[in-house]
Amino acid sequence: MSIEIRGLTVRYGGTVAVDNVDLDLESGKIYGLLGRNGSGKTSLLSAIASYRKPYAGVVRIDGAEAFENPRVARRTCFIRDTLDLSDSDRLRAALDLAARLRPTWDGAYAAHLIEVFDLDPRKRVSALSRGQRSAFGVVLGLAARTPLTILDESYLGMDAVARTLFYRELLADYLEHPRTIILSTHLIEEVADLFERVVIMDRGRVIVHDETDALRGRGVTVTGPFAAVTDFVAGHPILGEQTLGDVRAVTLDGRFGPDEIARGEAAGLSFGPIGIQDLFVHLTSQPLEASR
Amino acid sequence: MFHDRSPIYLQIAEGIKNDVLSGALEEDSQVMSTNQYAAFYRINPATAAKGFAQLVDEGVLYKRRGIGMFVSPDARARLLAERRERFFAEVVAPMLDEAKRIGIGVDEIVKHLGEK
Repeated sequence: MSIEIRGLTVRYGGTVAVDNVDLDLESGKIYGLLGRNGSGKTSLLSAIASYRKPYAGVVRIDGAEAFENPRVARRTCFIRDTLDLSDSDRLRAALDLAARLRPTWDGAYAAHLIEVFDLDPRKRVSALSRGQRSAFGVVLGLAARTPLTILDESYLGMDAVARTLFYRELLADYLEHPRTIILSTHLIEEVADLFERVVIMDRGRVIVHDETDALRGRGVTVTGPFAAVTDFVAGHPILGEQTLGDVRAVTLDGRFGPDEIARGEAAGLSFGPIGIQDLFVHLTSQPLEASR
Repeated sequence: MFHDRSPIYLQIAEGIKNDVLSGALEEDSQVMSTNQYAAFYRINPATAAKGFAQLVDEGVLYKRRGIGMFVSPDARARLLAERRERFFAEVVAPMLDEAKRIGIGVDEIVKHLGEK
């Protein structure tokens, strides 16, 4: 399902969690939503899933206003931290309920996932470890097969093995049943390969929305004699810098062509690409003034 | 498998070209579908599709409608010609620059290579 967000603001009393966001998400893609804690990820997702009424602005899903729209709600699955279950529920009962509520539910696939994550359906939610709780959220989210599936930090407490199983199942099921999936995370490095596009939030605003591949190699570190570096980087947005004696290393948001790099190398500079994780850290640790 | 410092679609294209050059992928043989490739390497299928599209644009692969993608009959020869050109520009030229900087003459290099 395609999502159109216009002027979206979410507030909690005097705190602005989502600040006048415009965003378009296309149908059938896997999106990664990245941001530091408190950047507004969960509030944005809650508004997309109509769990929260926008203070201002609108979320349209396939062209229809999403809030209190039962047709949209049936086709949307939002898995958050709380799982929206009570602690005394047994997993079996939660699965049965999901099957009744979701026309798209795949019971056989749910059973497969329960086995993959080694969960016991006779257990109560309260008896699950943090990681098992997250895994059960993944079961509910993926087996729902809803055209819009939103997983909010669904890896919390999972160990490396469980996370790998999660990513593998997510991709395999998406290949079989393409749909719009939004996954929020700050473990960027290990899931970035699954995202077609990435949205980065910082202090309630969307600061990046791009193809994941376009972010690889987007940042560059220029190192060399202080004066030569200063000269070369003039006019480019600087994300970070370090100086040691006469050597200066500057990280930039941008890409240089082969000619520029050759010119730089002739002036004694060296160039190194930075990864998505580093780019994310640089972009989201800017002082407020610089990022406005 | 893939590193994070350049677009994955370029790394995919480079990997397949290397397989064609080494003969691991023969001309007119079928390559994996984008979904198979995505599942195998655990990457988004759109990223895989972009890498394959790049190879079709460059003439390394060609599509057979409804069947899949195949290695072009002249792919290996063309890639070889391209790489040979790059070898002199990107490997030999910088080596000669460095040799000149530190006072190694061409004769000395030739002698050294002759002993290999």
